Amino acid sequence: ELCPTIKNILLLDSEGKRIAVKYYSDDWPTNAAKEAFEKAVFTKTQKTNARTEAEITMFDNYIVVYKFVQDLHFFVTGGENENEIILATVLQGFFDAVGLLLRGTEDKKEALENLDLILLCLDEIVDGGIILETDANVIAGKVDSHSMDAGAPLSEQTITQALATAREHLTRSLLK
Amino acid sequence: ADYSPFLGIEKGAVLQEARVFNDPQLDPRRCSQVITKLLYLLNQGETFTKVEATEVFFAVTKLFQSKDIGLRRMVYVMIKELSPSADEVIIVTSSLMKDMTSKTDMYRANAIRVLCRITDGTLLTQIERYLKQAIVDKNPVVASAALVSGIHLLQTNPEIVKRWSNEVQEAVQSRAALVQFHALALLHQIRQNDRLAVNKLVSSLTKGSVRSPLAQCLLIRYTSQVIRESANNNQAGDRPFYDFLEGCLRHKAEMVIFEAARAITELNGVTSRELTPAITVLQLFLSSSKPVLRFAAVRTLNKVAMTHPMAVTNCNIDMESLISDQNRSIATLAITTLLKTGNESSVDRLMKQITNFMSDIADEFKIVVVEAIRSLCLKFPLKHRSLMNFLSNILREEGGFEYKKAIVDSIVILIRDIPEAKESGLLHLCEFIEDCEFTYLSTQILHFLGIEGPKTSDPSKYIRYIYNRVHLENATVRAGAVSTLAKFGAMVDTLKPRVFVLLRRCLFDNDDEVRDRATLYLNTLGGDGAVVETGEDVKEFLFGSLDIPLVNLENSLKNYEPSEEAFDINSVPKEVKTQPLAEKKAPGKKPTGLGAPPAGPPSTVDAYEKLLSSIPEFANFGKLFKSSAPVELTEAETEYAVNVVKHIFDGHVVFQYNCTNTIPEQLLENVTVIVDASEAEEFAEVASKPLRSLPYDSPGQTFVAFEKPEGVPAVGKFSNMLRFIVKEVDPSTGEAEDDGVEDEYQLEELEVVAADYMLKVGVSNFRNAWETMDADCERVDEYGLGPRESLAEAVNAVINLLGMQPCEGTEVVLNNSRSHTCLLSGVYIGNVKVLVRLQFGLDGPKDVAMK
Repeated sequence: ELCPTIKNILLLDSEGKRIAVKYYSDDWPTNAAKEAFEKAVFTKTQKTNARTEAEITMFDNYIVVYKFVQDLHFFVTGGENENEIILATVLQGFFDAVGLLLRGTEDKKEALENLDLILLCLDEIVDGGIILETDANVIAGKVDSHSMDAGAPLSEQTITQALATAREHLTRSLLK
Repeated sequence: ADYSPFLGIEKGAVLQEARVFNDPQLDPRRCSQVITKLLYLLNQGETFTKVEATEVFFAVTKLFQSKDIGLRRMVYVMIKELSPSADEVIIVTSSLMKDMTSKTDMYRANAIRVLCRITDGTLLTQIERYLKQAIVDKNPVVASAALVSGIHLLQTNPEIVKRWSNEVQEAVQSRAALVQFHALALLHQIRQNDRLAVNKLVSSLTKGSVRSPLAQCLLIRYTSQVIRESANNNQAGDRPFYDFLEGCLRHKAEMVIFEAARAITELNGVTSRELTPAITVLQLFLSSSKPVLRFAAVRTLNKVAMTHPMAVTNCNIDMESLISDQNRSIATLAITTLLKTGNESSVDRLMKQITNFMSDIADEFKIVVVEAIRSLCLKFPLKHRSLMNFLSNILREEGGFEYKKAIVDSIVILIRDIPEAKESGLLHLCEFIEDCEFTYLSTQILHFLGIEGPKTSDPSKYIRYIYNRVHLENATVRAGAVSTLAKFGAMVDTLKPRVFVLLRRCLFDNDDEVRDRATLYLNTLGGDGAVVETGEDVKEFLFGSLDIPLVNLENSLKNYEPSEEAFDINSVPKEVKTQPLAEKKAPGKKPTGLGAPPAGPPSTVDAYEKLLSSIPEFANFGKLFKSSAPVELTEAETEYAVNVVKHIFDGHVVFQYNCTNTIPEQLLENVTVIVDASEAEEFAEVASKPLRSLPYDSPGQTFVAFEKPEGVPAVGKFSNMLRFIVKEVDPSTGEAEDDGVEDEYQLEELEVVAADYMLKVGVSNFRNAWETMDADCERVDEYGLGPRESLAEAVNAVINLLGMQPCEGTEVVLNNSRSHTCLLSGVYIGNVKVLVRLQFGLDGPKDVAMK
């Protein structure tokens, strides 16, 4: 297989917990295997300073490039023979696109509130391990053009949701 | 506490919420939010039952009614995550096909990706027309979606995707960078089995029409492949496409520069002239502000240093400054590279720098460094003192088992290979077991001491260390120490009385194994006070190796039922059932020290020797002189995989054919190899040992033995034919039919060559060894080697031809040098020690002369 391949893309928080992850390879068949990998990656990298430049490490025959901002930890993993700079380009695309989509407030809270955008972002970067796009502006542009009428974060839903639930209950009781 | 919009989220509740998808009046925002929650759950590792997934899937399909773009986008992602079953796919097919022909680019692109992801192929012919159109769509996102889907589909439906090659070829010319990349990847995969087509593709594209850096990287990879495959036919002359690779070193994208540099360093038999420009750009990367670039460069240079250490020496200064790199992976790679490229005079300075570095890196990095230091020490045996000191220092510091084991293994190997390092090395090990928390390492070291210690100039000084273990350790280590004491007693008569006193004290140990061993040894060594010389059979008992595979012994013991009749060790089969050889050992990795037998032959030889001596037909051939590395007699991925190991005896040669049956539906019986030795006149077949049965995927061996004139290095060519009875096997039950058919299978030829009679045995000081040899034995000859790719290539070829051990790192040829001296040593059949001094010189541009 000669085509550059991405094994996974991870976005973890400052305790190593998942915010959004996407695996493109069968190397980690179970959720437990995935979690073990994330834990290993996180422990290995948490003490490093990957805030100005992307950092890189190698373990278990994987190359992992990573970059942090606030309490967000971004990782891209490739096989041991992968061109490191290609992996770093994918990481930078993901990192910058998330920055654009979160409009500068890059932290865990904001990321979770806009999780839909982040998931779409992952979907636009890599398809089944093959790199789709690495330009952050293009990625963010594609994601944003579908995004709902600007900014209706999940937190605002509480009232609408409560109303909707109430209505649902009402309809049901009326139909009985 | 952490705020999260998903705090307290619960699967059951979200599944309830998903009912809004069925509302007649859809609220797109609300639906998007619910999908996000579902995706969040899946992303956190939550799973849906079959029923739940089906329910969600059906609900989601209702959302195609909404015209909201954002919601549709989430629906696509959700469907991919649910990976619906075939009958579910039918439900969404028409909706997706509608989107695939929509005017909205986003719909087209995404519907293609989703549909191709979930389809099982039957649908593919229906949508093929749309996909071909999409490949040449003017919107690059749509084109890329179709091309990438094509790459995935090629795995499952190659015959369909191959029909798209005209469209794909057109897309390769696309202006859009990523379309070009995806098209090139697909086009190459479609044609990958057609070498001529790949060749044409590469020739036309390297002339320069590729814009995208990613596509350019692909092209570099394809080009390297073409170079690799053409290298076999075309030895002389300039390497095709090298200029293209070199040109890529001046590309503006770093990923392309690096890809090209790496490709050049990995060329087969790369010359120093070819390497130079690649090393130069990698050197620039070493001082980059980006850690990724530094890492990529140093990792590549590290690999180059294994084969061309001299080519990397120019980067040594940059590399030394990387020892203090914040990124420890980079620092470790820099150090191990320096250890490979450094010369004898720089060792001490380097060791000083490493000592500071070792304290703040993780164990796994330390192991890498320890292994590098071990090979450095083998390369420069004169430096053993400072390197051995370094190892013993780090042995005393904190560290986990794997790390300590790596250090101990290294010391053991150095003791074995460098006689001068023996005594100090043994003392370092003694000091280590004084304070060693790992039982395994203690017992292994005690065992090793028992073998090596008695042969030293003053064996008595080790006794104290060993006996201390009897006082201070757990039972396992105590028992080990007792055995070691006994070995000293057996080998050194002057120590016998003292050893007896110590062993007698062990008779009161509170562990029965320790007491038993002490009793046994006192009796076998004659501990009744009289100092007698130790008998041969006692020595054999103490030092001889167990010639029975432990697995077999274990099985026999398990099957043994206590009765009047004592367990008979001779009843244990000696034949090794599965392939005993460590052929899959990582290349370049030395066999680790402790498990292997002492002094001399590496463990595989020992295994072969046992195997052969267990076969009665070969038992009287005498001592095994040499076993070759396995030579493949079949191509990879054929029905039957066979390789051969040549075992050389004084008057015989035994071919060991290792066979593997790769067909699950077949059982092979009575497998033999028919050898035609008509082109090997001095050989006469004397015995053949067939393999009774060869089931699927469990390797077995068959042997053929030849007689040859004693002590004569006879050479010859042998052609081989595998003959066997094949029986059909029902794969479901695994049972074979009763009747079989006789069949044959042609194998490749094998040759016995002069190098098979040569053992690689190094000497630590070549000059001394050379001078002590009788001048009468010296022969001087000159040979013209004709045109060669490079001096280094010629040196390598001669080393391989002679099968001898290069000494003092002289197998490495300096960059651009016009002459070279290479020192080789070995032992020829009949135990003749051979030293060779090869002088190479360049005559004209490429002719190499050798003296």
